[in-house]
Amino acid sequence: MCRPAFYSIAYEINPWMSLKRQANRARARLQWARLHQILTRQLGVRVRLLPPRAGVPDLVFTANAGLVHGRTFIRSNFRFAQRRKEEPIIEAYFRRSGYRLAALPHRYGFEGEGDALWMGETLLFGFRFRSDAPAHEELARLLKARVLPVELADRRFYHLDTCFCPLDAQRALWFPRAFDRYGRKVIEALAARLIPVTEADAKRFACNAIVVGKSIVLQEGVSAALRRRLARGGFRLVSLDLSEFLKAGGSAKCLVLQLNRSVDSREGA
Amino acid sequence: MASEVVQVRGHIIDSLILPKVLDEIMDLEGTFEILDIAIGKRKADTSSARLRIHAPTQRQLDQILKRVARLGAISVHLRDVRLVRAAKEGVFPPAFYSTTNLPTEVRFRGRWRGVQHIEMDCGIVIKPTTGEARCAPLASIKKGDWVVCGSEGIKVMPLERARAAEVFQFMGSAVSSEKPKTQLIQRLAREMRAMRRSGKKILIVAGPALIHTGGGPYLERLIRGGYVHALFAGNGLATHDIESALFGTSLGVRLDRGEAVKDGHDHHMRAINTIRNLGGIRQAVRRRVLRRGVMHACVARRVPFVLAGSVRDDGPLPDVVTDVIKAQDAMRAHIKDVGMAIMIASTLHAIATGNMLPATVKTVCVDINPAVVTKLADRGTFQGIGIVSDSESFLRELTRALHL
Repeated sequence: MCRPAFYSIAYEINPWMSLKRQANRARARLQWARLHQILTRQLGVRVRLLPPRAGVPDLVFTANAGLVHGRTFIRSNFRFAQRRKEEPIIEAYFRRSGYRLAALPHRYGFEGEGDALWMGETLLFGFRFRSDAPAHEELARLLKARVLPVELADRRFYHLDTCFCPLDAQRALWFPRAFDRYGRKVIEALAARLIPVTEADAKRFACNAIVVGKSIVLQEGVSAALRRRLARGGFRLVSLDLSEFLKAGGSAKCLVLQLNRSVDSREGA
Repeated sequence: MASEVVQVRGHIIDSLILPKVLDEIMDLEGTFEILDIAIGKRKADTSSARLRIHAPTQRQLDQILKRVARLGAISVHLRDVRLVRAAKEGVFPPAFYSTTNLPTEVRFRGRWRGVQHIEMDCGIVIKPTTGEARCAPLASIKKGDWVVCGSEGIKVMPLERARAAEVFQFMGSAVSSEKPKTQLIQRLAREMRAMRRSGKKILIVAGPALIHTGGGPYLERLIRGGYVHALFAGNGLATHDIESALFGTSLGVRLDRGEAVKDGHDHHMRAINTIRNLGGIRQAVRRRVLRRGVMHACVARRVPFVLAGSVRDDGPLPDVVTDVIKAQDAMRAHIKDVGMAIMIASTLHAIATGNMLPATVKTVCVDINPAVVTKLADRGTFQGIGIVSDSESFLRELTRALHL
């Protein structure tokens, strides 16, 4: 994770961002601290912190930094110049932390865990708005795993992690209309049980959740129906207010990057 | 019909990327053929497919390519050409791309651009400011020119085969003296009329034997009839043509009677001397010293001519360009818009011209010696016919076929 010390809305690179709707930095800090507390104290997750840096407000969204696989770190190639400034900072941090660095060819956009989520042994890869389809072949080569690219169809859900959330190896939360009919077919074939969310819940970033074992950390205010459905599935919901980050088009999942993908699904960020 | 080859790789089967690419092509009214496909055997293996996409127009093709590129189906010729600056005047960078005479396009800054004035055995120079690509002979290279290197980002377009049987498909068979020439010449005449109607130029390259054999008056008729738009020759043709105009002989032989004239061997030198004294062929025509013949017809009908010199030239005439590089450049200047080239009884000039012509230009090579005709055909002139014939009888037949 990365403290929101310099977090602000400094530019508009997705439909959620508006320079007229500035983030309240003090409130953002509180909301972030609450998330950090839930993860570390309540759920026992070990969290590593990336030192914040001035001039790169979106560095808090560490999910987009890259993809960790064992001791290898695949760095993102950001679509927008504003976020490309994060690349050297992220790279230096992971190099310092002893990771082997791998980068995709520069001509392909790739925004890390924002667009690449594991579903069992398959990596689902969202492309179009931020990542480019050909990057999936490079990822498959680096990860030696099946990587299935799906096209994102709704500009509001510009990253895969805004409309798809694997809960475990069989189950996933998703907003079907964010994908085209090919993508929907692929996901339906991939996940044994899919829990669709309504548009209202999707807009509240219900799919942008952090899953730790049987606990799901997500933005408060999702519908009672969804809560019931998840509770029936044996999940415990932990809701918190992350409204300041919603202004930048991000929520819980965007604020963490998973460092180890072990069986018990303990998160570290 | 425009087409392009694209490649798509990765987990394209499970992710439905391949069916999606195919659907997108069909939705945009394109068609495809799968050139090859390799499907991974295990789950983690990737697959790859190469497709050729066809579309009715280039615009539609571009639209399809844009759509499928988003899905990762990328044109095989995706990369831009590699450019290296020429380090020295008249020297290409070591890895330069050597041209063919086929229509060529280069990809520069993401766009395909046709190479202007394509010619074989040259380099391609790109002007970075405008993106204009032109074919550049070695000698014309200036220090600092951006020269295309390697073979990436270069597309050479094969000539499309004409569906209807055309006279220019004759070259498919070996050059032979045993062919019905009258038919061939009739069809050639038809082609020349079509060429003139379409506004394309006809170029004649001729050697001195044309004059010796008495073909001069027929060539003169062709010029006066408006079937010649440029003439390439050497000192010899012009000299003997002028000799015959001034003295009635060619190398001292009377063309009307075929007999050697006493002391006629120096007629050609006297002819050269006369023209040199007047300052050139044009001046001789203006002073009414030169009043007939091929060169007179050229000047009178304002048909441009290039006389290129060689080491065996007598004189030469003041109009002869003795610097070969300058002569090449002068010839190149007249090659633009040429649609047909007829080469008669000339080896050196015919091959020099053949090397400069794009493959799209139709060439006719006429020589009494089959080896010369074959030689030109072997140098990569794609659309050509070879006629083994005496030049005088060829021209006589041709003028008759053209009703001149």
